[in-house]
Amino acid sequence: MSGVTLSSPHLPVQPSVGGVMRGVLLALIPGTAAMVWLLGIGVLINIAVCVAACLVTEAACLRLRDRPLSPFMRDWTAILTGALIGLALPPLAPWWIAVIGGVSGIVLGKHLYGGLGFNPFNPAMVGYVVLLISFPTELTLWTVERADVATTLAAQFGGLGASALDAVTAASPLDGLRTGLSQNLTVDEARIASVFASGGWGWVNLGFLLGGLWMIWRKLITWQIPVAMLAGLGIMALVFWLIDGDRHADPLFHLMSGAAMLGAFFIATDPVSGATTPRGKLVFGFGIGVLVYLIRQWGGYPDGVAFGVLLMNMTVPLLDTHLQPRVYGQGKAGRPDR
Amino acid sequence: MGRPQTIGSQAKPQLWDFPGGLHLPEHKIDAPIRSMPLPKTLVFPLAQHIGAPAKPVVEVGDKVLRGQVIAEADGYVSTPVHASTSGKVIAIEERPVAHPSGLSARCIVLASDGRDKAAPGRTVEDFKALELVELRNIVRDAGVVGLGGAAFPSFIKLNPGSARIDTLVLNGAECEPYIACDQAVMAEEPADIVRGAQLIMHAVGARQTIIGIEDNKPRGIAALRKAIGEQQASNVRVVVVPSRYPQGGEKQLIQTLTGREIPSEGLPLDIGIVCHNVATASAVWRAVVYGEPLTERVITVTGPGIKTPSNLRVRLGTPVEDLVAAAGGLAEQGARLVMGGPMMGFALPNARVPAVKATNCILALRQADVRPEEPAMPCIRCGACAEVCPAGLLPQQLYWHARAGEFDKTQNYNLFDCIECGCCAQVCPSHIPLVQHYRFAKTEIWAEEREKRKADAARERHEFRNARLERIDAEKKAARAAKKAALQAKKAGGDPVGDAIAKAKAAKQAAPESDSKATDDPIAAAKAKAQARKAQKAQAEGAVPSAAAAQEAPKDDPVAAALAKAKAAKAAKQSDDKPDSDA
Ligand code: SF4
Ligand code: SF4
Repeated sequence: MSGVTLSSPHLPVQPSVGGVMRGVLLALIPGTAAMVWLLGIGVLINIAVCVAACLVTEAACLRLRDRPLSPFMRDWTAILTGALIGLALPPLAPWWIAVIGGVSGIVLGKHLYGGLGFNPFNPAMVGYVVLLISFPTELTLWTVERADVATTLAAQFGGLGASALDAVTAASPLDGLRTGLSQNLTVDEARIASVFASGGWGWVNLGFLLGGLWMIWRKLITWQIPVAMLAGLGIMALVFWLIDGDRHADPLFHLMSGAAMLGAFFIATDPVSGATTPRGKLVFGFGIGVLVYLIRQWGGYPDGVAFGVLLMNMTVPLLDTHLQPRVYGQGKAGRPDR
Repeated sequence: MGRPQTIGSQAKPQLWDFPGGLHLPEHKIDAPIRSMPLPKTLVFPLAQHIGAPAKPVVEVGDKVLRGQVIAEADGYVSTPVHASTSGKVIAIEERPVAHPSGLSARCIVLASDGRDKAAPGRTVEDFKALELVELRNIVRDAGVVGLGGAAFPSFIKLNPGSARIDTLVLNGAECEPYIACDQAVMAEEPADIVRGAQLIMHAVGARQTIIGIEDNKPRGIAALRKAIGEQQASNVRVVVVPSRYPQGGEKQLIQTLTGREIPSEGLPLDIGIVCHNVATASAVWRAVVYGEPLTERVITVTGPGIKTPSNLRVRLGTPVEDLVAAAGGLAEQGARLVMGGPMMGFALPNARVPAVKATNCILALRQADVRPEEPAMPCIRCGACAEVCPAGLLPQQLYWHARAGEFDKTQNYNLFDCIECGCCAQVCPSHIPLVQHYRFAKTEIWAEEREKRKADAARERHEFRNARLERIDAEKKAARAAKKAALQAKKAGGDPVGDAIAKAKAAKQAAPESDSKATDDPIAAAKAKAQARKAQKAQAEGAVPSAAAAQEAPKDDPVAAALAKAKAAKAAKQSDDKPDSDA
């Protein structure tokens, strides 16, 4: 059915898909800035390459599927997908990593299912997981400290291999914790530095938290998913930390490291693939939080946001069917006072 | 249900909250009511509301007076149409009318003679002396319908049947942007509204009246409070409610004022409440006490496309173009004319359609004020629609299934609890015309149910016919057998006893089994009853505004009568669902 209509309501509608996505992109700025400050210009290059790859792929897919270009190219969703994948990549990853991530996100995560609105999985996380599985080494090239422009360019475009970068790369705090714990060190010994020490991931997470709160305030996202996800992660961390503080990091560490905040406010809140009822959102978010902890603690990957989100995406139809809100006049019906 | 909150200046009554809703820019004028000059030509559609259209009782060439019946009620959910001024009937023909479908309908066309001579009416000194039936008949004969927009015949809602009513809610919320006629009526006719409230309370047996008014109408609130004080009507209260669309929806207003929810598929009657629009209360009063039929109403002619937005007292049947002219004309050529408010009104096909009883607002929107005509994007499941749905529905799921043609699934998501308020479509970032999809789905489901009923009826006829043929066949066989037996008996030597036995046998054979089953088998009877109930339910659910309801039912057929009643109830409910309806 065409959308062109004279049907009520007649008033102009303020929000648009593009508007919402632009808002989300704006909200990414503080966290992104912290990452650039922490890790160097590579972050921005990753985003740029990834966004470009996503846009070109989006256009190609729309062409192939015989869809009109203009409304979909202007909806900003491909740009957001690109930006999110770009943010998930280590700053020294070669350029083709970003390209492959963007292309797989858009093709496998979005258009194979019918494009915008029909994808059951979060496209950005599909793209990231493809990379994680196919190029595990390249995805560990996190720098200890800010890489200078020359090194970055050499690593991203000069074909400098992973081994050549050993001098400047190191494990992220989550990686370090994992490795340390597997070597039977205690949390305190294994932890490289506090998350808020200079170069700490805490600042990055704080940046994304700030952007996320702004989005809730501007009604770009609802509070349920982020709050529930952080609660899930926090509660799991608290319980295990109370049980054995030597073997388990404290809740603050978990909430402020890795992709916790980025995931809670920007990734898990992808509307298309997430739960859509208020109670469904709570369960969806909480589930992701719990899964993130389980994967961080016992899984094969340092961070669990991507897998947590994708796993919970699978439960969405179930959640939406069984956790509907109460309809007016159904169930509890009003009775006269007397 | 809501958090209780308190608001208002006087008694600080407790208020409840309804879920969802929107704060919309109000754009309301606060203008005094201005009477329009008499139009030259007036057009009276025979169908002015849900239910059966009226039947013309005048012919082309007839002279009529103001207030004279020109078309009489036909069926239960039906009211007569009156000439709104004196003049001559010049045509009874198809004319474009104000209906979302943009179709034409039969209308009586009247040329005014400019004298505006009134037909004699009768007045009533003391309405309490009247039988309730008589009271309802007066209201019905005066053609009074809900003036909030749904135009449901008011006399039906003066009849609570077996329900026990404690509260009359008068709806003065008027929540849709731009519409301002109720505020004007409350400010200028408060005394009649309060008296009307007494009359309706008397009719339905209510103990108290709550007049719910949004806090953005201080003039109406003050005037009504003053009138209540002057009449010392201690059983009538004005309660100020927060301005939030769709506060004026019957369900939402009742929820805000009393905390009660009308059960799904139910009526306000079910929770002891009767709800009328404020202007309707005034019209009911004038109809009963002054014998004034409904021949005029107040209409807000407004919008950025109108030069002088006004509240006009308009003779029913006046063409919309005359209304626009009386409000200074259009500010821009090609402005969109909407009948009703911007959230629930519908675009008029042209300006020649007449104003009818349901017309509360004519809104002219310039191209810049309406949503741009652009294709919708896919639903991104953002849930913004569910956040604002006052019915607690999941508009995105409704849309998903409606779009896929899975109408049974839309019913699982409670499609029929949707009040078509348009909040969801207003916030949808994908600009999906959601309400249009829901209306389409509802229409399809009704059509499907009608088809099914038809098919069921056909099958029943077919089965009945088969049974009849079988019976005839059996009778023939029996007759043959009897003959044979008689012959044999004769052959055997004329044994009268054997003859009798054979005859009895034959008779027994001939008695069709199916008949006895139908009459004295309790299970079959129960089954038939259940079927009748089911049919009734289906019919009730399938009632479509245009469907003639009660008049189809022969008077002496209880099932048909029940069906008609159910239909009427359903129709009532549908009209009730509309915000700003006087329900
Ligand atoms: S507001 Fe529109 S896009 Fe968002 S969930 Fe509802 S229908 Fe879908
Ligand atoms: S139109 Fe229906 S679905 Fe949409 S907000 Fe209103 S009641 Fe809910």
